[in-house]
Amino acid sequence: MTYVIDRRLNQRHKSTVNRQRFLERYRKHVKKAVDEAVNSRSIRDIDKGEKISIPTRDVSEPVFSHGSGGEREQVHPGNREFIKGDQIPRPPGGSGGRGSQASNQGEGEDDFQFQISHDEFLNVMFDGLALPNLVKRHLAGADVFKTVRAGFSQEGNPNQINIVRSLRSAHARRIALVGKDKRRARALQAQLDELNEDEDAETARELKNQLEKAQAKVKSVPWLDTFDLKYNLHVKYPVPRSKAVMFCLMDVSGSMNQATKDMAKRFFILLYLFLKRNYDRTEVVFIRHHTSAKEVDEEEFFYSRETGGTIVSSALYKMQEVIEDRYPVDQWNIYGAQASDGDNWNDDSGTCYELMCEKIMPLVQHYSYVEITQRDHQALWAAYEQVRERFPEHFALQQIVEARDIYPVFRELFQRKEA
Amino acid sequence: MKREPISTGSEWTFDLIDEYDREIAKIAAEYRLDTYPNQIEVISSEQMMDAYASHGMPIGYHHWSYGKHFLSTEGNYRRGQMGLAYEIVINSNPCIAYLMEENTMMMQALVIAHASYGHNSFFKGNYLFRSWTDAESIIDYLLFARNYIAKCEQRHGVQEVEAVLDSCHALMNYGVDRYKRPAPISAEKEKLRQKEREEILQQQVNDLWRTIPTREDRRKGTEKLNFPREPQENLLYFIEKNAPLLEPWQREVVRIVRKIAQYFYPQRQTQVMNEGWATFWHYTILNTLYDRGLVTDGFMLEFLQSHANVLYQPAYDSPYYSGINPYTLGFSMMRDIRRICEEPDDEDRQWFPDIAGSDWLETLHFAMRNFKDESFILQYLSPKVIRDLKLFAVLDDDEQEHIEISAIHDEEGYSLIRQKLASQYNLGDREPNIQVVKVDRRGDRALYLQHFQHRRRPLGDATEEVMKHLHRLWGFDVHLESISAERDGGNPETFRVPASA
Repeated sequence: MTYVIDRRLNQRHKSTVNRQRFLERYRKHVKKAVDEAVNSRSIRDIDKGEKISIPTRDVSEPVFSHGSGGEREQVHPGNREFIKGDQIPRPPGGSGGRGSQASNQGEGEDDFQFQISHDEFLNVMFDGLALPNLVKRHLAGADVFKTVRAGFSQEGNPNQINIVRSLRSAHARRIALVGKDKRRARALQAQLDELNEDEDAETARELKNQLEKAQAKVKSVPWLDTFDLKYNLHVKYPVPRSKAVMFCLMDVSGSMNQATKDMAKRFFILLYLFLKRNYDRTEVVFIRHHTSAKEVDEEEFFYSRETGGTIVSSALYKMQEVIEDRYPVDQWNIYGAQASDGDNWNDDSGTCYELMCEKIMPLVQHYSYVEITQRDHQALWAAYEQVRERFPEHFALQQIVEARDIYPVFRELFQRKEA
Repeated sequence: MKREPISTGSEWTFDLIDEYDREIAKIAAEYRLDTYPNQIEVISSEQMMDAYASHGMPIGYHHWSYGKHFLSTEGNYRRGQMGLAYEIVINSNPCIAYLMEENTMMMQALVIAHASYGHNSFFKGNYLFRSWTDAESIIDYLLFARNYIAKCEQRHGVQEVEAVLDSCHALMNYGVDRYKRPAPISAEKEKLRQKEREEILQQQVNDLWRTIPTREDRRKGTEKLNFPREPQENLLYFIEKNAPLLEPWQREVVRIVRKIAQYFYPQRQTQVMNEGWATFWHYTILNTLYDRGLVTDGFMLEFLQSHANVLYQPAYDSPYYSGINPYTLGFSMMRDIRRICEEPDDEDRQWFPDIAGSDWLETLHFAMRNFKDESFILQYLSPKVIRDLKLFAVLDDDEQEHIEISAIHDEEGYSLIRQKLASQYNLGDREPNIQVVKVDRRGDRALYLQHFQHRRRPLGDATEEVMKHLHRLWGFDVHLESISAERDGGNPETFRVPASA
C-alpha cells in the first residue's frame, strides 16, 4: 500500500524559526560582523547579505566524549603495506590518521560560517535604531480610510443584508416559537388519518378543530421578521500614511572634494535604506548648492564638480519650495539630511537659523546635519546648534572626521530613545 | 526476452512513480520484505534541507541548534561542498520517505527501493526497533512534544525553555536504559497522564527529600541506605524523577528529550545493518527489474554509477578517508551472507558451519531481525569481506612510543579484526560510561557521578561544559570522578560544579 503525496507546494522555510533563534542567540557575533562589513564595504553593495563566522567553540553543543589518551584501537580499510606487529611513529598532530574524525566531533578549530540574507543584514544593521517622530503624523487628520469587515449587526442598509445569517436566525426563531405546535399538528393529523371518520364522527370533528387551531398558530408566525435581518458590518480604519520623502542637501562648492562627497553619500545611503524599511514608499530629492541651489538627479548630485562660494540658505529655500510644490505636509513624512564641510558665507548663517526655525522645522519630521571636516567648526555649526536647542526632538547634528565614523554617527543620530 | 521498459526518459511523473512502485512492491513481496504502508512525499531541495536540520523528524520543537544545523547544511550545499542525501526515511507507520524533485526517474526508483522497502522492512523487522520504538505513535508524540514546548515557551519565556533544552541535549546520549526494555511511547496516553504525572512526580520528589525521620528509619537504626541503591546510567531519567528543584513543566521537557533520544537510540546502533540491508535490497530489486526487462540499459548504467558512488570506500591514507563507510561494510556483509549460503567454499564451511549452504533469504531475514551492528559484525563478518576491504587494526597506546599494527587481514588476524571492529560499534565503548552513584540526601544534596574508564581513556574537553548543564538541571553541587579500572593508585581525575574555591 503506497500513497504518493506532492509536498512541493507546502510551506518552505520550516526552519525559519530555528534560524531566527540561532541568530538571536549569537546576536553579538552577528552584530560585530555586520558592523565591520558596513564600515568596509563600498557604497553600492552596502545592503547585500553577509557571511558571518563564529568560533566553533562558541556554538558547540557539549556532550560527554572520550578525550585523547589511553589505549585506543581502530580498524581501518585499505591496508597495503602493513603486517602484524609493525611499529609506526605517531603522526604529528593527532593519532592514527583520524584527522577528519576529530573535526566530526566538533573540536576542529575552523570557524562556523554561514550566510545571512539581505533582510537579516539590514535588520541587524538598523537594530536598536528608530526613526524619530515616526508616529506624529501617522494619524493626525488622517483622511485615508480602509473598510474592514467587522462581523454582523442588527441594523444596516438593505444592500448589506447577509442572507445566510438572516435566514438562519429566522429559522431558529420559527423553531423556538411554533416547533411545539407543528409537532402537535403532525400528531393530530396522524390520529385523524388513522381514525375511521364514519365510525367516530364526534372525535373526528374534535380532532379537526384542534388541528385547525394548531395550524393557525403555526401560520400566525411570520416566515421572515424584521427582527431576523442581519447585516454585514463594515468598519472604517484610518490608514497610517506610509509615504516618506527624503531631502538630501549637499554642499558642492570648491571646498568639497570627492572623498568628502563619498562620505556624504554613504551617510545618505544609510539614511535612505533606513527610511525604506520604515515606509512603503520612499522618495528622494537631491538638492545641491554652492552659491545657488539646484534640484538634480542622483548622478549629478554625487559626481559633478562645481566651484565657487557657499550659501547654505539657498538650499534651504529650494527645499521649502519643493515641499510646497510637490509634497503636501499632510500627506508626506518629510526627512531632511544635510551634509557639508561647514563652510558658509559668514552673513548667511544667521539667515539659515531663521529659515530653519521659521520655515523648515515645522514641516519636517526630522532633520539631521552632518559636518564632514577635520577643522574647527564655523558659524554654520553654531547656528545649527541653536536650532537644536529649539527643536531638540527633531533636529540632530554630528561631526564626521573619517569614513569609519559614518556608521557610529548614524547610529547615534537615530539611537532609539527611551520615552 | 523482449524488453518492455516502464519508462525510457530520465524525467519522472507521478504516474511513473506509481508504476515503478507497483513493480518494486511486487518484487519486494517475492523476497518476503514485510513493510509498513508507504507514504512517499515529493519535496524540493529546500524542504530537504529543512528535514535535514531536524534530523529527519517531520515535526520538531523549536530550538536554536536545529537552526545551526540548517545554516551549516545550507552553507555547504550552496558552496557545492556537499550534495544532499537522496533520501530521508522516517520510522513511522505509515513509513514516510522523501523524494527530491530534482532527482531523475532512476533515482526515484532507487530511493523507493532503498527507503520504502529496504529501510521500511528493517524498521518493522529488527528487534531493536520493535522493542524501543513505536512506529504507530511517533508522529503523534512529536506533535505533542512540539505543542507542549511551544506552550511552555508562551508561559515561561523562550529563554527559560531553551536553557532547559540545552542542558537536556547535552545529556541526550544518557537518556536510555540500555538493559531494560522501555514501554513504547504513545502520544494519547502521554496527554492523558501528563497532568496526573506532574502532580504525583512532584509529590514523590518531595518525599525523597523529606527530612523528618520515619518509623522505618528508626527500626533500621542509624544506618542509612545509599541512594540510589544501584548506580544509574540513565541520567535524564534520574534527573526527571529525582532532581529536587525542577518545576513540573521542566520535568516534562526532560522527559520529552529523553523519549526522543529513546526513539533515535536503535538508529545509532544499527547504522551498518540498516544501510547495508537497504543497499542490498535496492541493488537486488533493481537488478530484478532489469532481468524482467522493465528498465533500460541506460537506467542500469545510471543506477550502477550512483550505486558505486554510495559504496565508495577510500583507503585509510586517502585525503577523503573519514572512517569506514557503513554502506560499504553493510552491503558487503549482506552480499557475502548470500554468497556463503549459495556457493560456500571450504573456508566458509569452517567459519559458518550453520549457515553455509542454507536458504539465503531465510538466513538474511534472520540476521536482519535479531542483531545490532556490534553483534551482527561479531557473528557474520567473514574472512572474505575482511580480505576484500583489506581491514587492519591499529593500536594507539599513549604509554608506548609507537603505534602498533595489532592485526591485519590474515589467518591469524581474522577473528581479532572481527572482534575489534565489532567493539568499535559498541555504544558502550564509543561513549564514556558515566553513572550516578550517590546523592547526598542528608547533607548538601550534591549529586555524585562516576566515570568508569574504558582502556584508560580519559574524558574529553567538553566535560566541564556538560557538567555545568548537569548542575543546572540538578540545582545543587555535582561531582564527577573518573576511575580507571586498570591503574590503581594515583588520584582519579575529578570534575565538580561549581568549581571548588
